[in-house]
Amino acid sequence: MATIQIQENEQHPDVALVASARGGDVHAFETLVSKYDRQIFRIAQHITQNREDAQDVVQDAFLKAYEKLDQFQGNSKFYTWLVRIAVNESLMRLRKRRTGKMVSIDDDIETEEGSVPRDLADWSPNPEQNYSQAELAEILRKTIQGLPHGFRIVFVLRDVDGLSTEETAETLGLSVPAVKSRLLRARLQLRERLSRYFRKKKAGEK
Amino acid sequence: MTCSEFLALLDELIDDDVSAQTRAQLNEHLQGCEHCEVTLSTTRKTIEIYRSHEVYELPNSVRDRLHAAIMARCKNGC
Repeated sequence: MATIQIQENEQHPDVALVASARGGDVHAFETLVSKYDRQIFRIAQHITQNREDAQDVVQDAFLKAYEKLDQFQGNSKFYTWLVRIAVNESLMRLRKRRTGKMVSIDDDIETEEGSVPRDLADWSPNPEQNYSQAELAEILRKTIQGLPHGFRIVFVLRDVDGLSTEETAETLGLSVPAVKSRLLRARLQLRERLSRYFRKKKAGEK
Repeated sequence: MTCSEFLALLDELIDDDVSAQTRAQLNEHLQGCEHCEVTLSTTRKTIEIYRSHEVYELPNSVRDRLHAAIMARCKNGC
């Protein structure tokens, strides 16, 4: 009995919020919106690369989640379920922008770039401190935008958002080995590209 | 261990998902390979920088507007 009680006490706080929201408590749902809207916006922006679309995705993803709360099984975390909705909405928006051309998470991955490190120079210590916040944000944005979106989204979910490999795979409908291979290549490509900005300068180099 | 073998296990090393024995082999390779040492440290730094800097801020004004729109529709049963 004691074990069961501990498990109940340790349930994810979202479980109770989802249950209340299902029962018609809109404030419980509002708490979920406030908790995750920034992350959903970030994911949507990374996929669509368009501010207005990303804002629309935030709105549509939460509304869709609210409509479908009854279908939420509770065998995955609410957040990963919500992310799955947001990824699909984002891909739909992207498809619209590309005038109906099919867009999937498998697009644009025919590249070997960055799978072997080429720039082997070490970086300055705390290289980000050589740039203003605005410059750094621009560098980080430009760099990650250059990745194929199938790599970019895996990196964002896994490394920025902190989802596990299994959750990322489930969210994107990919196999675990596919997530692993994309993550490695995403990390190496970003490293390679950031190296241009962060590598130690040789004497006399500007 | 060769550099390619090291690279194939880079993510597992970064994510702390290796056995003690494999870790010892990876560390042994690192001792004698400056290139892999740099690859490891700069890849770690890449992840750390992206994790600690928000690339896409959602301004509070936009956030408030989105909340209001979402909640208005939820209250009306969507």
